[in-house]
Amino acid sequence: MNILVPVRKVPDTTAKIAFTPDGKSFDANGVQFVMNPTDEWYALVRAIELKESLGGKITLINVGDADNDQIIRKGLAIGGDDAVRIEGDARDAHFCAKAISAYAKDNAFDLIITGKEAIDDNGFQLASMISEYMDWPLISQATRLDVEGDIFHLSREIEGGHEDIEVSKPLVVSASKGMAEQRIPNMRGIMMARSKPLNVIQAEDASVASEVAKYALPPEKGDVKLIDADNIDELITLLKNEAKAI
Amino acid sequence: MNVLVYLDSADGRVKKPVYEAISYAKKLAQSAGGQVHGLVLGASDEADLKSLGKYGLDVAHHVDDARFSSFDSRAYSMAIGRFIEANPCAHVVFSFNHRGMALAPRVAARLDLTYVPGAMALPAEDGTVVRGVNSGKAFAHVKANKSGMVLAVMSNAAGLLDESAEASLASFDPGLSDDAFLVKVVKVEKMEGTIPLTEADRVVSAGRGLKGPENWGMIEELADTLSAATACSRPVSDVGWRPHHEHVGQTGITVRPNLYFAIGISGAIQHLAGVNQSRTIVVINTDPEAPFFKAADYGIVGDAFDVVPKLNAALRTHFAA
Repeated sequence: MNILVPVRKVPDTTAKIAFTPDGKSFDANGVQFVMNPTDEWYALVRAIELKESLGGKITLINVGDADNDQIIRKGLAIGGDDAVRIEGDARDAHFCAKAISAYAKDNAFDLIITGKEAIDDNGFQLASMISEYMDWPLISQATRLDVEGDIFHLSREIEGGHEDIEVSKPLVVSASKGMAEQRIPNMRGIMMARSKPLNVIQAEDASVASEVAKYALPPEKGDVKLIDADNIDELITLLKNEAKAI
Repeated sequence: MNVLVYLDSADGRVKKPVYEAISYAKKLAQSAGGQVHGLVLGASDEADLKSLGKYGLDVAHHVDDARFSSFDSRAYSMAIGRFIEANPCAHVVFSFNHRGMALAPRVAARLDLTYVPGAMALPAEDGTVVRGVNSGKAFAHVKANKSGMVLAVMSNAAGLLDESAEASLASFDPGLSDDAFLVKVVKVEKMEGTIPLTEADRVVSAGRGLKGPENWGMIEELADTLSAATACSRPVSDVGWRPHHEHVGQTGITVRPNLYFAIGISGAIQHLAGVNQSRTIVVINTDPEAPFFKAADYGIVGDAFDVVPKLNAALRTHFAA
């Protein structure tokens, strides 16, 4: 089983979000970056578990500049075999998906698996675009992925429940909570990651489908109105007349 | 300039979040003097489709083909591509729900259009569309580089139209061969009698302050009174007190209800990221320093075991009146 795992660099979940004064770019000053949690905890770890039981190889792929090598090395330390970084700006999903698919088409993968969403982009879009460029089926927001011969068995979230699915390989999967448990890289993994191959390639098609004209922060939230625990009726009145929520 | 809306359906009925997508599409089409076409794949109901005229749908095209009963985004994308070939549309609108999230980016890639996930409003005068990024902590105003857009819209993005019109019906055959259908759904499990979290107008969420799974009865009762869905914080789903699909937050699911009750949840930044787009937030916590109070509209400092039953009784009285 040869598996390609797209991983993204994102601001840490606790990072304070700020933008440059012109509103055009993210202000990375003082921000800690990490591997996108759903890529790492669910997609990569499940890929490693499948490799451990079936053999094969796991390739990590990332779009970005050399600053991203740190999180790619972490993925190699957790259990990736080799890695590819595509030089470029990861903000446009069309660009990323096209570049990743172009690489995947030149290499024989059975499975491409990534997190359901990036916590900075929140677009739920990369896996889906890759699947279209590959012309492969997609199972998105999957909570389970097992393999039996050439057949994948999956569960995916639907409104108010879940579905069990069968589909033959090759396949693109976006992973949700439930698929695997987070793994912490050990010292041996970290040492080995240093010598694993990390190839840098250029994207053939540099076009983007969208740009961000401007980023903005939400308006400050007003102060909370505190209500005495012995005066619940006041809350009911506020919810009814002020918030118009009931 | 016409606009296409994908009419997501379940059990032969178009799903409620699609109404918003139709009204959004109508406003897009109107500004350019066009019509709104809808496409439903698989089982549908004539009366249900006609009634969508109320929200602005001009023509409902139905594809009566049982092979679409399993959701296969590849086959669905092919069908939408064939439809656009036969009926050119400048933009395609989806609702930003599970199927929309899976399908809309495929359609954008297939048709080489700009994709805007989670659109929160109609395009502004300069053509940009606003959407939430950084888990609700910021907004991006997106500019399209392609001639048309695929937009997956959030609730309240355009508001629901209320027109006294019926949609006309047409049937469409995308002419897909059997090898277009690769995904086989072998089992569907839905929780009967509960409201899906992602579709809920109101959510009652609880955390470690509840002390154990055996204490969720009062949360479920409160949710029942409010016709709300139940949710929980990450620690609670991690220890197995509640199922994973109830976990709301940065690594779980994001909700955007009109009313969100947070009971015994301290309000870690990762949890807030999943709920901060709720319209009204009520926090009940014993700790007056809990960070959640800073994100709340209304707060009660108190013990959930004392406050929740009283709140439930007061709400029952309110709804009975």
